[in-house]
Amino acid sequence: MIPANFDYESPRTLSEALELLASREDAKILAGGHSLLPAMKLRLAQPALLVDIGRIGGLSYVRESGEHIRIGAMTTHAEIASSKVLQRFSPLLPQAACQIGDMQVRNCGTIGGSLAQAHPAADYPAVVLALDAEIVVASRTGEREIPAREFFTGMFSTELHPHEIITEIRVPRTDDQGIAYKKHHHPASGYAVVGVAVRLKLSVGKIDTVAIGITGVGQNAYRATAVENALRGKPVAAIREATAHVAKNVEVLSDNYASSDYRQHLAAVLTRRALEQAAGGRAK
Amino acid sequence: MARNGKPRRAPRSNGKTNGHAKAAHWVGRKLKRKEDPRLIQGITHYTDDLKLPRMLYCTLVRSPYAHAEIRGIRTDAARAVSGVAGVFTAEDTASLGMVPCAIQMPDLKVPKHPVLATDRVRYVGEPVAAVVADDLYAARDAAELVEVDYEPLPVVTDMQKALSNDTPYVHDEFRSNKAFTHTLKNGDIAAAFKKADRVVKQRMLNQRLAPIAMETRAVLAEYLPGEHRLTVWSSTQIPHLLRTQVSVMLGLPETAVRVIAPEVGGGFGSKLNVYAEEGLIPWLAMKLGRPVKWSETRRENFTATIHGRDTINDVELALKKDGTVLGLRVRILADLGAYHQLLTPLIPQLTALMLAGCYKFPAIDIEIQGVFTNKMSTDAYRGAGRPEATYIVERIMDIAAHELGMDSAQFRLKNFPQPKEFPFTTITGLTYDSAKYQESLKRALQLAGYDTLRRRQKNGWKQGKYYGVGVSTYVEICAIGPSAATPAGGWESGTVRVEPTGKVTVLTGASPHGQGQETTFAQLIADELGIDPEDVSVVHGDTMAVPYGIGTFGSRATAVGGTAAYLATQKLKAKMATLAAHLLGSTPGDITIGRGHLTAKRNKKSISFGELVMAAYTARNIPPGFEPGMEATHFFEPSNFTFPFGAHIASVEVDAETGEVKVDKYVAVDDCGNVINPLLVDGQIQGGIAQGIGQAMWEELIYNEEGQLVTGSLMEYALPKAHFLPEFTLDRTVTPSPVNPMGVKGVGEAGTIASTPCMVNAVCDALSPLGIRHIEMPLKPERVWRAIIQVQAAPKEPEPAIVPALAAAAARKPAQKTARRRV
Repeated sequence: MIPANFDYESPRTLSEALELLASREDAKILAGGHSLLPAMKLRLAQPALLVDIGRIGGLSYVRESGEHIRIGAMTTHAEIASSKVLQRFSPLLPQAACQIGDMQVRNCGTIGGSLAQAHPAADYPAVVLALDAEIVVASRTGEREIPAREFFTGMFSTELHPHEIITEIRVPRTDDQGIAYKKHHHPASGYAVVGVAVRLKLSVGKIDTVAIGITGVGQNAYRATAVENALRGKPVAAIREATAHVAKNVEVLSDNYASSDYRQHLAAVLTRRALEQAAGGRAK
Repeated sequence: MARNGKPRRAPRSNGKTNGHAKAAHWVGRKLKRKEDPRLIQGITHYTDDLKLPRMLYCTLVRSPYAHAEIRGIRTDAARAVSGVAGVFTAEDTASLGMVPCAIQMPDLKVPKHPVLATDRVRYVGEPVAAVVADDLYAARDAAELVEVDYEPLPVVTDMQKALSNDTPYVHDEFRSNKAFTHTLKNGDIAAAFKKADRVVKQRMLNQRLAPIAMETRAVLAEYLPGEHRLTVWSSTQIPHLLRTQVSVMLGLPETAVRVIAPEVGGGFGSKLNVYAEEGLIPWLAMKLGRPVKWSETRRENFTATIHGRDTINDVELALKKDGTVLGLRVRILADLGAYHQLLTPLIPQLTALMLAGCYKFPAIDIEIQGVFTNKMSTDAYRGAGRPEATYIVERIMDIAAHELGMDSAQFRLKNFPQPKEFPFTTITGLTYDSAKYQESLKRALQLAGYDTLRRRQKNGWKQGKYYGVGVSTYVEICAIGPSAATPAGGWESGTVRVEPTGKVTVLTGASPHGQGQETTFAQLIADELGIDPEDVSVVHGDTMAVPYGIGTFGSRATAVGGTAAYLATQKLKAKMATLAAHLLGSTPGDITIGRGHLTAKRNKKSISFGELVMAAYTARNIPPGFEPGMEATHFFEPSNFTFPFGAHIASVEVDAETGEVKVDKYVAVDDCGNVINPLLVDGQIQGGIAQGIGQAMWEELIYNEEGQLVTGSLMEYALPKAHFLPEFTLDRTVTPSPVNPMGVKGVGEAGTIASTPCMVNAVCDALSPLGIRHIEMPLKPERVWRAIIQVQAAPKEPEPAIVPALAAAAARKPAQKTARRRV
């Protein structure tokens, strides 16, 4: 497929990239290219300038840093899936990363690109929400951190300003918690028809900490706060009933594969299964 | 791949067909494909890889509307784009012939089908204008500037609406959307239903599918005026038939046209056709005096390459209470789309022929209506009519077994013809060549551990687990076919030429595009001539190199094309024996061929294969009247079709809470007669099963009411992926066909035909304790879930809900899309 005409730049430093991005009204950042390039080939996206950030050094890493794990924005899904540091200290991300797309997608797609794209059925948004991650973004004027819970604002829409670039994602250590990612894959696209990321901590048989990120169900990924509130301080036996609130106040998506009824039902079932798994099978 | 039990090497022949003994040591072996090294390394050429000097690129402007009047087309802005060589519309191509339909039937309505739409478009994707430029970028940019003034018209996409009184016509001139009615009746159907203890009825849909060959279509054409020679490279399954049609469309003598099918990356029937582009691109090349290439995008492949299936079937089966079938009544609506492609109206007729399945029906009554709608044409897709027939028969048989409370395997065994009844004449008028249906089914039951599966199922139900076992026994019609039964000849040509150095060239009219006949034909001919397959080179797909042939489709290449090559080889062997006898001082009947030598039995003298062939070419010492050289051609006309068969068993688990289906075991026992290369036969079966399960579980072309194809990309249209499927357990029985001397039957479509009903039977079997008898394909989790909550919401006997969440969901809202539960 043949895209429309565009200019292409591949800066070697972040500040060059930020300059380029600010220089043109219709510039787009090219990271792994797994969302943008298909759209360009179909001429659904026709950016005038592509700023390829793939040749900027130092944007791909996973590092332990106190209570957090820091992940460079250009770290690929495959690198996250196989990161020993994450597997040890914050395994929810790798558990989701190995379920993204297929091997080719995982080898090229990046966490920063996926979060910036904010596809309503992408996997990472549910995970960063459940982890209360911080998304670090840079612009010509400096750096800021956006909490994951404030980041996703709608379908393909985020808190990110047009001239900002995601540089890092910070996720907390979860060694003391149960985690699980449950996903119903769309059989064609591999996107999450429903994806549920949970983090849970029990204290003397009661749910102490619980965080649930849901993707694929609404316009954008969200925290199932109604379920969380219904569970805090409750025994795991409360899970089944609480998950009925999984799509409370959410306008549930509907398409040829799954109607909103079915999606909502699936979200409840997968949330229950994820929570039960995170609780170590102690629910029932 | 697992092959349980002993791998059985197929015996080479039934022993009746070959007079003389030979060392048959290549046929039956798992030779790796000769084709693969070049394909795997990417050192070969598909049409899109070809580049000619001064070549232009074509992009087509296609209709975004399913039905609209074309008020006008403005092309000046497009023409002004730098690098554009021309923009063409129907006004320019008025001299070009219509896109052909090869089918003749009484009262068949055949609409005009121009290569570019004239005053109306009738489906989304119909070509309207052609933009030709120095490169594809200029062509695509310019295509966006072609302005077509459309006046949208009412659209009809639903077959039942298309047949109602108040409907838009796809073709106004017919004042009806009914293209044909085809009936097939035999036996006393009224009596069958009258004396029936039970009548089982079911409506079942066979959804529209996209063939999705890995290589999309592509056409390159070059015209050399000095030689008055048009060369057309096309990704086709039928190079010779295409040559004839192109010459007709362009008004050229057939001798001025050469068609080449380079590497062809799959077809599944979609390239058994003659498309608008195959007339248009050569016309553009002649008009512009430069080579022109067009390659289809995947989106175009979805909208403008033929689709498969798409039928609504009302089925009634009359039975005795002991399970004996008495009669079958089937009413089919077949969605043809907007125009007839090459074989569009033929496909439903193949369904009618095969509706007897592998059972002894005393009476049958079939009526099929072909319906025009504002969609892309349907045509041959892997199985072409037989999967549709098998789905109907195997589903209704399974539903009947459940209703009668009989085991579905036993029920089938009861209604099979016995092996001694073959050749068996079916109620639809076919003569099945040879079969042992009992043997393949029993073998499949054994390999599947059928009794264990049934026990697990019963125990599972007690624990709220839903295991299902699906059985499907099939027979298909292959080796198409006797010419009397085909629109353009059902024979095939084969030429075998031993070159002076003893290397062998086989020219076949078949046109393999992934099936591996370069390997299997080499094995076959190597055995006949007592040489190595490495020394046999198979040439196909070039009308200047190969005598006229019919092509590859309908699992015919080996059974018909292979037989032609085999029989040409017999002519050569007779000629070799004559020359050898002359040189060795013996008689032709005394000569044996094998292991690179020709030997006179009586005097033990022998001559090497190479020496003998060289002697035929030097021709200094030949018998009187002996024709020099070593080449023979045979045009083989088969006396009948062949009828491969088999039994498949699927074991599934349904997650009753989510509707998700997991296939945990799949067993296939197929019988395609004698086997030339078990590796390739297994490959065909494996791919076929995956493709058939694809229909049962995931694949579905959905047109909305506006006639837009909403599942027209690989992001929405779900093809089966390797990790969706379990390891298949394959085995076979071997019942040689008497129709050809090698006893082969054909295997290209078998897997696809058997596996679709097998999967649906398995899932419906799993859910039968809930009172579910049928769910439409594809068995998307939501469909399965809805079927479950619907029966649970049904007011009759209040069963305890399987899972409380389900009951809650069921109570929350009534079903939107009904997963049908019919009685």
